[in-house]
Amino acid sequence: MFDIERWQEIFETLRKNKLRTFLTGLSVASGIFILVILLGFSKGIENGVTSQFQRDATNLITVWTGTTTKSYKGLNPGRYIQLKNEDYYAVSRKYDDYIDYKSSLYSIWGGTISYKNETGNYQIRGVMPDHQFIENADIGVGRFVNQSDFDEFKKVAVIGNKLKKDLFKDEDPIDKNISIYGMNFKVIGVFYDPGGEREESQAYIPVSTAQKVFNAGDNIRNMLFTIKMADNFEEAVELSKNISQNVEADLKQMHTVAPDDTSAVRVFNTLEEAKKIYSLIGTIQAVFWFVGIGTIIAGIVGVGNIMLIIVKERTKEIGIRKALGALPMSIVGMILQEAVFVTMFAGLFGLIFGLGLLEIIGPQIQSDFIKYPQVNFNIALTTVFLLVLAGALAGFFPAYRAAKIKPIIALRDE
Amino acid sequence: MVLLFTRNSLVLKSSKKTILTVTFPFLNSLIYCTEFRFLTISYDKRVIVLANFTINNHHHMIQIKDLHKSYQMGNNSLHVLKGINFNVKEGEMVSIMGSSGSGKSTLLNILGILDEADSGSYILDGVSIKNLNEKVAANYRNKFLGFIFQSFNLINYKSALDNVAMPLYYQGVKRKERIEKAEYYLEKVGLSAWSHHLPNELSGGQKQRVAIARALASNPKVLLADEPTGALDSKTSQEVMELIQGINDEGKTILMVTHEHDIAQMTKRIVHIKDGLIIDDNPVEQVRASLYV
Ligand SMILES: Nc1ncnc2c1ncn2[C@@H]1O[C@H](COP(=O)(O)OP(=O)(O)OP(=O)(O)O)[C@@H](O)[C@H]1O
Ligand SMILES: [Mg+2]
Repeated sequence: MFDIERWQEIFETLRKNKLRTFLTGLSVASGIFILVILLGFSKGIENGVTSQFQRDATNLITVWTGTTTKSYKGLNPGRYIQLKNEDYYAVSRKYDDYIDYKSSLYSIWGGTISYKNETGNYQIRGVMPDHQFIENADIGVGRFVNQSDFDEFKKVAVIGNKLKKDLFKDEDPIDKNISIYGMNFKVIGVFYDPGGEREESQAYIPVSTAQKVFNAGDNIRNMLFTIKMADNFEEAVELSKNISQNVEADLKQMHTVAPDDTSAVRVFNTLEEAKKIYSLIGTIQAVFWFVGIGTIIAGIVGVGNIMLIIVKERTKEIGIRKALGALPMSIVGMILQEAVFVTMFAGLFGLIFGLGLLEIIGPQIQSDFIKYPQVNFNIALTTVFLLVLAGALAGFFPAYRAAKIKPIIALRDE
Repeated sequence: MVLLFTRNSLVLKSSKKTILTVTFPFLNSLIYCTEFRFLTISYDKRVIVLANFTINNHHHMIQIKDLHKSYQMGNNSLHVLKGINFNVKEGEMVSIMGSSGSGKSTLLNILGILDEADSGSYILDGVSIKNLNEKVAANYRNKFLGFIFQSFNLINYKSALDNVAMPLYYQGVKRKERIEKAEYYLEKVGLSAWSHHLPNELSGGQKQRVAIARALASNPKVLLADEPTGALDSKTSQEVMELIQGINDEGKTILMVTHEHDIAQMTKRIVHIKDGLIIDDNPVEQVRASLYV
């Protein structure tokens, strides 16, 4: 292996057979390169879809209402069902054991918010302290709405990063007063949301304050609950589904709504949606793996094939070398060393080239669905070794055979 | 019986010839003695006398007995060598003649350990060549035998020089020395100017001479040449024969296949093969190739 003379002989052979060396190298390098890019984008899509999805807690139950469409117990259809604080408390009490975070909501869709000369229309959401965790909101500066804000109807607001940029530019917004419909609210925090700009152009205020300043009494618009995750994803889906069905039934009963009226009380369960998306990610990954493994197999077959042809083409040379006194093992060793050297070199080249390209292209990708394409380095390296091994194996058997037969037979090969 | 005298006193008496060969390897060829005779030679300022032996300084380099070879082609079997018997002594120069397809190349390939006989015995320099292990066979091909092929068999991607240096690579000679030796032998065949050309840039005669240089490079004891002048014009043929005669003069044993009578006349013995048997085996009055040039 460390025989310098042998290496010299090999390099000379490679140099004098440039086309053969180049084609072998190219097939290995391009195989690895394609695989790296493929795996990179597979991971990128997974990252993209997951982060799209992560903007909300994954086991969220959302409740909202509409008008009845069916007459029930003597009540006419077309009745608007209004959720109240007591509904929220009743549900959260009943399912307390299963609930992680909970919040009731009172939102204003387009509220005018202004600071100094800057004015804009933003969604204003009255929420409870837990809402921070339900939305996965990331507090960059300051803090979120807390219990005492809620208890004492404080006029405080947590604003989204987009909203902050619109109104405050580079100014520090903390403890400044913004005006919501002419009422002064003190900014206590700025949040970021992985969901993007749309989520970040909102302002959160305590729901109690919202009910008060918007004269909503004890009306609420939504209730949000996150359910504790079970160990097993399937179980979690099942649990969330049961709870949402029960909550729906309870609320319908409390508001005298027909059990089969689908528009008066609606309960939306993200975990069931998650299941669909997760299985989508799974499918995408399966497809990439399938294509990836196909590429590896094609690479292995290709390299094997090339080695077979090379050794076949060199049968006569092997005969000559033997006639001049080469030992069979030195011939096999030479051919293998050459094959391993070329495939390894080309494989690593393809690997580095692919990784480099991902490094350069990755950050440029603007799509929401592909993020940080990256490659599991070990998988890529393992593939390189697989190809090297395949080349070596495919070279070994014909080389061994050609080196074992009587020289005269190898010499007769044309 | 070997008796060894130094300064008139008997120093060694042995029935085993190996003692002498080991102690004085250069005497190797002297041991195969058949007649009663005295010999006095000087070695290392001492006088060695071999007594009671006739000096016949040619021992049998090649001994072949009842050699058979058939080629299998599907269900048919072609019996090519049908019991060849002959011996070649060290330093002989033999030409093998016979019509095309008579089995000359087949015989030469077996002698060169490139092929194996089906039956019969082949003894090379006292060693039976049968079921040799790969290592021993490789060693013989590498150091003991030089083979010049009918179809040259040069490695097509290597220069003339590298082709000639090839057997030396397998002898473990270092690169620098390899190149020097190869250059020397290329010069000997008059191809110095072509040393960096690839085989397909050379004429048939030039390729033949590269092949000869390659066979000589390993300094073999026995040179086997399958129609070394087959591809050459008469002038080049004389040159090559002069070269081969020179090698024979150095004491190397040479067997060559040829179709040309005037070439055969330049060897010392002609063996005729017909239908797989030797039909004629006669010494010839050697014609020196240099006379023609
Ligand atoms: N590999 C082989 N398979 C089958 N038959 C063979 C093989 N090699 C040689 N023969 C046959 O054996 C016979 C002897 O062949 P060989 O090459 O020894 O002849 P040759 O005397 O060297 O002829 P030439 O003077 O034409 O070179 C021929 O009839 C040939 O067809
Ligand atoms: Mg022939």
